[in-house]
Amino acid sequence: MSTATLEPRVRAPRNYLNADYGWKSWLFTLDHKRIALLYLVSISFFFIIGGSFAVLMRIHLVEPGGALVQPETYNKLFTLHGIVMIFFFLIPSIPAVLGNFLVPLMVGARDLAFPRLNLLSWYIYIVGGLFTLYSAIAGGVDTGWTFYTPYSSTYSNTQVTAVAIGVFITGFSSILTGLNFIVTIHKMRAPGLTWFRMPLFLWAMYATSIIMVLGTPVLAITIFLLALEHLFHVGIFSPALGGDPLLFQHLFWFYSHPAVYIMILPAMGVVSEIIACFARKRIFGYKIVAFSSVAIAVLGFLVWGHHMFVTGQSVYAGLIFSLLSFLVAIPSAIKVFNWTSTLYKGSISYEAPMLYAMGFIGLFTMGGLTGLFLASLATDVHLNGTYFIVAHFHYIMVGGAVMGYLGGIHFWWPKISGRKYPNGWAALAAAIIFIGFNLTFFPQFILGYLGMPRRYAFYPAEFQVLNVMSSAGATVLGVGYLIPLVYLIWSMRYGPIAEPNPWGATGLEWKTPSPPPTENFAEIPVVTEEAYAYAPEEAAGD
Amino acid sequence: MSQPIVPQKTYIMVFLGLIGLTILTTGVAFIDLGPLNTVAALAIAFTKMLLVILFFMGVRHSSGLVRIILVAGFFWLALLIAFTTADYRTRSWTPAPDSWSSTAPPTHP
Amino acid sequence: MTDAEAQAQHAGLAHQFEDLEQQQDADALGIWIFLVTEIMFFGGLFAAYAIYRWLYFAAFQGGSHILDIRLGAANTIVLLASSLTMALSVRSAQTGNRRALVLFLIATMILGGIFLGVKAYEYNQKFVEHVVPGLDWAPEGQTLGRLAPGGLEHAQIYFFFYFAMTGLHALHMIIGMALLLWLALRARKGSFTPHYFAPVEVVGLYWHFVDIVWIFLFPLLYLIGGRY
Repeated sequence: MSTATLEPRVRAPRNYLNADYGWKSWLFTLDHKRIALLYLVSISFFFIIGGSFAVLMRIHLVEPGGALVQPETYNKLFTLHGIVMIFFFLIPSIPAVLGNFLVPLMVGARDLAFPRLNLLSWYIYIVGGLFTLYSAIAGGVDTGWTFYTPYSSTYSNTQVTAVAIGVFITGFSSILTGLNFIVTIHKMRAPGLTWFRMPLFLWAMYATSIIMVLGTPVLAITIFLLALEHLFHVGIFSPALGGDPLLFQHLFWFYSHPAVYIMILPAMGVVSEIIACFARKRIFGYKIVAFSSVAIAVLGFLVWGHHMFVTGQSVYAGLIFSLLSFLVAIPSAIKVFNWTSTLYKGSISYEAPMLYAMGFIGLFTMGGLTGLFLASLATDVHLNGTYFIVAHFHYIMVGGAVMGYLGGIHFWWPKISGRKYPNGWAALAAAIIFIGFNLTFFPQFILGYLGMPRRYAFYPAEFQVLNVMSSAGATVLGVGYLIPLVYLIWSMRYGPIAEPNPWGATGLEWKTPSPPPTENFAEIPVVTEEAYAYAPEEAAGD
Repeated sequence: MSQPIVPQKTYIMVFLGLIGLTILTTGVAFIDLGPLNTVAALAIAFTKMLLVILFFMGVRHSSGLVRIILVAGFFWLALLIAFTTADYRTRSWTPAPDSWSSTAPPTHP
Repeated sequence: MTDAEAQAQHAGLAHQFEDLEQQQDADALGIWIFLVTEIMFFGGLFAAYAIYRWLYFAAFQGGSHILDIRLGAANTIVLLASSLTMALSVRSAQTGNRRALVLFLIATMILGGIFLGVKAYEYNQKFVEHVVPGLDWAPEGQTLGRLAPGGLEHAQIYFFFYFAMTGLHALHMIIGMALLLWLALRARKGSFTPHYFAPVEVVGLYWHFVDIVWIFLFPLLYLIGGRY
């Protein structure tokens, strides 16, 4: 038949995505949901940049003498990999994307407390990123992301000042985000939403924001002093003047250790949400998990000296920092036990978000346990500066934080985009990422234990097999990361339309359409039940 | 921020107090008190700060949340200074070489 | 409240807030958290200063004696006076006295300007005495000459702190002056009422914080070890 009936095109209801068109409506938006998407695109861009540096490093390391670049270039690769991944991907990731999108929805508000500061924080992030990209293009930086003096302040002739400006500026993006979250959570909760009815993701965002607000300014002043010293060839870290390089390390790690909790706490919040939903069960020990988030934020500020056990710190200070580092592991362990207890006798389904959450629990536990080896003074003497450290923090930051981020993206994607993605591909990608990750980083634990130093462009020949294994794993991991990029973008056009609550989850964000209208709720909701009212009659003790 | 209106006189009295403390701290600097000079200077500065915070910044009338936030800020700064200072002050506390020696002759029968 | 006042009240309400009280609470909390970040920002400098002052007290003392204690004390009083006029300007906004509000804001700016002028003079003096690290470091005789070997280098650390701390403080003051100008212009237009003057309060808190930083900088930089 030649006459075909045209299907009437169904107009999507008015939501935050189609409320307005044109680049101005995106670049000058004050809608927290659009700002979250601006961040999503930007941090994905920086993830690719930082990942590319890692790919080049792993290619280089397939041969003991180095296969790709000169040692000076290799130094620049690991430096920029660290700077980009930490400051421009990990630290913003969950807070700036998922936090910005979800915090107002979860508290039942129409936006964050300060929408203009929110947009400003994105622009600040972009400007900082541009300075960093400039520093990479204009010759790179070779100091390590830790910028230890006096090499960075006096001797390195790479683009230290430019990248310092970039990191300094981006810090304010973090500060403004944290400030916004704290005020929103304190002052804009919907009627009936008491502190202990909040979803644990909000507790995680709150604890993370405390760290952002208290710690980042110290990084800012430290980087500022570093830039001054590099620029004017005189400063307080210069041994020639009687300056102590270790003072830089104190000031630097005062922020940079809590920074790792900025990276992991949000992922833990995501995992709590996912586990509760896909086990159809309240989180076991809700209050303990909430308090442990805050405990991690506070205790995390007291342990920074464990990065300085072998650089000349006093032994007694080392003792105290070591003891406190053991203490800070406790609230993290408590969370792992609580998640596992939640799974026990739960009604578990294995959609993609749940796969990421379970992967998180296993890999984070491994990373966390190896942290204890490093917190112990005696073992750290041998393991510091080796690939053991590299493996430890990648297990937490990639096996933990990135998996948490991807789990969160997959969990809330229907809400954010109004579309569903194919679960088969998502599960496959999660499996490939898990396998690729372990193949990349487990050999590095062994390498570190055997004594291979980190930040070296070459290594003894007997370590080659493990290095090749790690590089092979990196390839698998890279493929795993590319797959979601494809199907998530595909889903925006061709994915099935998502209903308001496709997972049957609790939480105010699921009580509004997918995607939500610009004003979030037709009417501000009133909260009458606890956070995870999944199966009240089976609820295990709290 | 619905705070009560503070009388002008209060502000002026606080200001005069601040001037007095400034003159005091400058004067004390000309007297040799040894290490107490530093203590005195800091104590006076803390007092001036409290006057500004409580009266000029209105914390006298503000909510408990604001006070907790302020205390937290100062507490965190204190943590930074305390732990960093602890490193520097204890660097010279190296144990005496003898005390670790396993070949040292026993001191008790 | 008259209709006009009610309208003005509603005109100041941002869409994400339910009522003006929630907005004011949020604004207050926001500025206080921002001030805490400033405590930590300056605090890093104070922490570093504390370490080096303990390590190199003699050099810090020598450097401090080069500063003009009278100018420092006078400038401290000028800045405290500016805090008084700032508090009075907030009070004028509270009582709806537009003329007094504008005048006190201008007075605060004038006092701030005097402070910055004196600081500029002091900075120039440092160049005259050649005690500017990195740009003009060639100190002659006086107290610095009496320092033990190594003391001159440590004194350079002291002056680095002098410029870093007072420079950062001055930068904050310049930003504060710009904010005051903006406030004064808005106040002149009648933008503030007894029910809506949050910007005045917020800038006031910022200004007082900058004053508090100086309250500590004065003794820590100018009054080290006494002058006896």
